[in-house]
Amino acid sequence: MLVRPKTEQKIVQALLYFFTSIAVLVLLFILVVILKNGLPQLSLEFLTKNPADMGREGGILSTIVATIFLTFIALLVATPLGVGTAIYLTEYTVENRVTRIIRFGAECLAGIPSIIFGLFGFILFVNKLKLGWSILSGGLTLAFMVLPTIIRTSEEAIKSVPQTYRLVSFSLGSTRWQAITRVVLPSAVPGIVTGIILSIGRSIGETAAVIFTAGSALRMPSSLFSSSRTMAVHFYILAKEGVSMPKAYGTAAVLVIAILIINLVTYYLMERYIQRKS
Amino acid sequence: MKEAAIQVRNFSHYYGNNRSLKDLNFDVYRHEILGIIGPARSGKSTFLACLNRLNDLIPGSRVEGQILVDGQDIYRPDVDVVALRRKIGMVFATPVPLPLSVYENVVYGVRLLGKNNVKEVDFLVEDSLEKAGLWDEVKGRLQTSALKLSGGQQQRLCIARILALKPEYILLDEPTSGLDPISTMKIEDSLRTLKKDYTIILVTNNTKQAARIADRTAFFLMGELVEINETPIIFTRPADKRTEDYLVGKFG
Repeated sequence: MLVRPKTEQKIVQALLYFFTSIAVLVLLFILVVILKNGLPQLSLEFLTKNPADMGREGGILSTIVATIFLTFIALLVATPLGVGTAIYLTEYTVENRVTRIIRFGAECLAGIPSIIFGLFGFILFVNKLKLGWSILSGGLTLAFMVLPTIIRTSEEAIKSVPQTYRLVSFSLGSTRWQAITRVVLPSAVPGIVTGIILSIGRSIGETAAVIFTAGSALRMPSSLFSSSRTMAVHFYILAKEGVSMPKAYGTAAVLVIAILIINLVTYYLMERYIQRKS
Repeated sequence: MKEAAIQVRNFSHYYGNNRSLKDLNFDVYRHEILGIIGPARSGKSTFLACLNRLNDLIPGSRVEGQILVDGQDIYRPDVDVVALRRKIGMVFATPVPLPLSVYENVVYGVRLLGKNNVKEVDFLVEDSLEKAGLWDEVKGRLQTSALKLSGGQQQRLCIARILALKPEYILLDEPTSGLDPISTMKIEDSLRTLKKDYTIILVTNNTKQAARIADRTAFFLMGELVEINETPIIFTRPADKRTEDYLVGKFG
């Protein structure tokens, strides 16, 4: 049967519209369920009190603090490593077998399930390096988990900086490093930041890799070596062990809102940065 | 007898096994504008890149023979390439302002040297823009992005950026190929003034441009120097049949 091109166009358009709405609907569904069940739990007290009675009572302050510390350490380690690797791969090597192997390795790293990272962190940081279940072990594990994302996005961002900028910089008597720090990196900042935001999101929401390495102790972390429970782990334990569904939803709502705010703020800052540049 | 500022001696350049410049021998005199004309892929741009060693950045690039700049062989291993490039400024075919303000574009090169004295730098910006014939047009908006300037202004900014480094040589690779006639005229005017203080090599696809402003003109073909002479002679009584054919438009 022959379909007239005009009819075909209409059908395809409707189909694509349908697909897109499914994606949006799923997102909306998640948001509505979590916020509907979670928002009533939120109060100043929920944000500023530590959990009590295994999480049945009180708030989630200690888990917020633990999440922030863990994410902070992860990004503190992963950003210089990742951006540095990306700079090396794009600016200091010519494309050859070695760079392809490194890139392939980074890609494989990105495909490894997070629970395997948890195991890796447990063996290396918790046991071998004797850091125990701690913020430090968890943060380092997360760092290696998000490293491929940062490498990949930074590489793309650096590659998209016009080659002529480098040529001009060299022709004005710059060294390679001066060209990188003065022209290439400033132009690549938006792309690099995108990778960092993605990584923050993944770190905040990660459960499997963290539960093995940072543990799940329900108390305010007192140092980098304290075992502690992040929001995501707290939610997992509350929900799975049926401790308190309302508190679980409350935690989930805080998580979702936090990620939303981080995204909005960074996009706003990015927008301003790009406007100032051009 | 004019002083030879650049001496090219038995110079060849290769991309891999491909010989892109063949056994060049000629001099560039101090404070002249040397025009280089020739059809596409004749090696004109490659020659410029060899002079400030930007060709180093291309994998598989190799040279034979010598280029002496102020008597110094620039391919000797102990040559400071960064200093060489500062001495030999380069203007590219498409204007490439860096994504910085007009002001910061002009002083990009000197900032690399760590020069930050505000008064000195301010003076340098005005002086360089003035010499490039751009000062009057941009003096009120030095802090706006250079990307906002018109194409012709951007190209003059690129010239100012080089002048700020106080070079001795200026290489221009088809600097007006993308510009309108008025912008082209302004750039040609600046070049005429600049040759008092600088030695200029101008690669151009526009033979009329060479006729207008070059003191001498060299004709390149397939990586070879066909002939080099006073511009009026090249354009009226070329010694080689191929030069004449090119100038009357039989090929290229």
